[in-house]
Amino acid sequence: MLAPVYHVLPFTAIERERTLPIDGNVLAKMGQKVNATDVIAEASWAREHRLVEVARALGVSASQADRLLRVKVGDEVNQGSELAIGSGIIPRSVQAPCDGRVVVTGGGQVLIAAGDTSLELKAGLSGTVIQIIPNRGAVIRAVGALIQGRWGNGRIQSGTMVSLSETPDELITASNLDVSLRGSILLGGFIRDADALRVAEELSLRGLILSSISPALLSTAMQMNFPIISIQGFGQIPMNSAASRLLFSNVKREVTVNAENFDRYTGKRPEIIIPLPVTQEPPLPPEVDTLAPGQTVWIRRPPHAGAVGTLMHLKSGLTALPSGIRARAAEVRLESGEQILVPLVNLEIVG
Amino acid sequence: MPVSLLEDSSLLAINVGASTTRAALFDVVEGEYRFLAQGQAPSTAEAPFKDVSLGVRQAIADLQAITGRILLDADQQLIKPTQLDGSGVDALAVTFSAGPTLRAVVVGLLSDVSLESARKLAETAYLQVVETIGLNDHRKADEQINALLHARPDVILLAGGTDGGATRSIQKILESIGLACYLTPPEKRPAVLFAGNQSLTDDIKSSLEKWSASLHTSPNIRPSLETEDLTPAARELAQVFVDVRKRQMPGLAELAAWSGGHILPTAYAEGRIIRFLSQMSGSSRGILGVDIGATAAVVAAAFGDEWTLGVYPQLGVGENLPALLHYCRIEDIVRWMHLDISPSVVRDYLYQCSLFPGTLPATQEEHVIAQAISRQALYLAVRAAKKNFPRTARPLRPDLLPIFEPILAAGGVVGDAPGGGQSLLLLLDAIQPVGVTSIILDQNNLLPLLGIAAEFNPLLPVHILESGAFMSLGTVVSVVGQAPYGAPVLRARLTYTDGSEAHVEVKFGGLDVLPLAPGQMARLTLQPLHRADIGNGPGRNATIQVTGGAIGVVFDARGRPLEFPSDPVRRRELLKKWNWFVGG
Repeated sequence: MLAPVYHVLPFTAIERERTLPIDGNVLAKMGQKVNATDVIAEASWAREHRLVEVARALGVSASQADRLLRVKVGDEVNQGSELAIGSGIIPRSVQAPCDGRVVVTGGGQVLIAAGDTSLELKAGLSGTVIQIIPNRGAVIRAVGALIQGRWGNGRIQSGTMVSLSETPDELITASNLDVSLRGSILLGGFIRDADALRVAEELSLRGLILSSISPALLSTAMQMNFPIISIQGFGQIPMNSAASRLLFSNVKREVTVNAENFDRYTGKRPEIIIPLPVTQEPPLPPEVDTLAPGQTVWIRRPPHAGAVGTLMHLKSGLTALPSGIRARAAEVRLESGEQILVPLVNLEIVG
Repeated sequence: MPVSLLEDSSLLAINVGASTTRAALFDVVEGEYRFLAQGQAPSTAEAPFKDVSLGVRQAIADLQAITGRILLDADQQLIKPTQLDGSGVDALAVTFSAGPTLRAVVVGLLSDVSLESARKLAETAYLQVVETIGLNDHRKADEQINALLHARPDVILLAGGTDGGATRSIQKILESIGLACYLTPPEKRPAVLFAGNQSLTDDIKSSLEKWSASLHTSPNIRPSLETEDLTPAARELAQVFVDVRKRQMPGLAELAAWSGGHILPTAYAEGRIIRFLSQMSGSSRGILGVDIGATAAVVAAAFGDEWTLGVYPQLGVGENLPALLHYCRIEDIVRWMHLDISPSVVRDYLYQCSLFPGTLPATQEEHVIAQAISRQALYLAVRAAKKNFPRTARPLRPDLLPIFEPILAAGGVVGDAPGGGQSLLLLLDAIQPVGVTSIILDQNNLLPLLGIAAEFNPLLPVHILESGAFMSLGTVVSVVGQAPYGAPVLRARLTYTDGSEAHVEVKFGGLDVLPLAPGQMARLTLQPLHRADIGNGPGRNATIQVTGGAIGVVFDARGRPLEFPSDPVRRRELLKKWNWFVGG
């Protein structure tokens, strides 16, 4: 059976397509070296539109009004500038209600696009631009360690990764955060209260890497100005050993936390990238593989949610689970040596 | 127009769900259609696969392994028609529910007339209404344009005006829609379905054809103030949905081509088979179909020629799981659990499972949580659907459902439950039927597949339904009335075909079961006490023929609506007792 691959890799090539949701201006150049927080493309769109009823204001028919217009599509207008002037001894005029750009005229009306909302697209990883996607963005390639997460608050930042303890089950509280962490990316376990997040923001933390996050904290976490990433998802799930080992072995290194929102359809997901010097270009990792004995697997659901083990044997036919459900299953040996039965759909391949 | 399946014999029916893709094979055996086997595989609409046809090919490969019949050639293309060596199939039909909920804007005139009908129309598909524009909308035209741009709709449902009635108001709104579509980047423009005053069709075409992703028209959903007819528009909306998805979802266009156009949204196909069965039965009683899936909870009800379809993505038990808490409290979910599980664990479950909707509960505790969530989602879906039931479907009391016979149920948690008792109890708790009804489990999720086949080959669903491909859970007698807890409310006598009898005195607040094996018939004599009502009127006796099922004949005298002890320990004990009664 095909299964998705969950990436926890100490040294790999990483290619990411970074695109704007709408057409815009691509700033990055082919072959350019970019940092994760560099803006590679930008777009802007009107904050609002204002419809001016010229015909009604002048008391004429729509076709007459169109002939009296002094503006055309694409013209920039300022508040108060004349859009149309009527006829007669004392002609009435119609003025623009706001600064903006004329986007539609006709039918005795003028539609003005007003105010700019802009969007900046960051590179998301430090690497080299290997492809330009016209009007939308670029593909960036990097080499380094890659650890994928399950949830992110949408922010991107780079910094030195530090940890308060040697293990990933540390409870982060407001009281154990201090000024020495300023500008760092903190690797920790869990957070139980929103105060810790607020203190982290006050301390100008550059990022927070958690084992898992309580759903009760999501709205606060989304408001934070630094990236927050949860490796395992929601609740109190301990960090998987593969991610834990890789992250703790890279403490004090420069890392990028791209806490992008998980999107199951595009495949965008939060991730931590640790850039490494290249001696030989490694290959890109597979995104999909067929489940087979010997593979390292990650377990998605309790009773061993988040644990990593080795797939020992694929059972034939359907197997009854403790829940009573019958499903295709595999025997998985956990790192503790315990051998357990896991439905195949609850497995991801680690690699 | 798709080629008819009528002259074909074998049919491969594919159902692409959010979590699972199923491939079911139907063929003629001894002059009748039979469900032969089903293969399945995880769906592949999502990353990293991003191509639904991968999951379809895997499901077909699984089916090949089960049946030994070769269906795919060396290039992984479907072999069609059936070859002399027995490989291949004659026809393919596809239903699908995978993919994100589409964003819809509903436009009409009067809020309790065309807008209300347009909202009901939106409920027949996997849509989330994100903006509404009507005559009572006091926003200026430019504010409406801004709202439309902000809403980023995939679909605009445009209704309003009775046939031959006034046109000016809808034309005014049309200007805003046209401008908003014009200002939207071409690749993001919505599809538009117009189902209003038919004299406006030309205006609609000239205003919107150029600026919409696709423009569809259907007969007016409110041809007059007194008349509502959603059926043709719902059919067209199903086509709109297919068109939008084909653009969004790689692999779906290939499946549409394989099937020769026999492709429908799963929920619509479910609705259609329920309507088809109701028309076939000729009974005045309604038929109810429920499906609690990862994409949506679906409730289809048919009363002869009248039918309603409610599709509730917000109550789906997949990626939208956390949204369930916008419609109920966490305690409303916890109340269904016979194990002592804290609300915070349930909350974590909702969020974590939304990340992995295709996964299975492996432990008993997880299964109990999954069932409680499904109960609550289905409970809410049925109550939402009830509002749209036709006026002719009169319940015993305004707060109760009309009597349905039968109730057909499908969905992962319902079908996955071991035995049949847990499934039955889940359905009784969530639906809370009244009167006498049989409960049928569609454990292979065949209903939508029969729904798409029914239009072209009416024999196939009839044969399959009679063939035993569905699991009868039993006949349920639900007693409506009030009595002191523990007081007898019903005496029942079951007379088996060999003349032997079984008796039970059903007490208020409890469940009882009399055994009757699947396929067996028996005569059931019912004598309500305390003016209890079993569907014939307060205190009125009845003698009916009943058919057996996995559980037998079940008497549900727990009251309508169900009420629980406020003490959590007593509540859990009661739930355990109910579970035990149905063998769960």
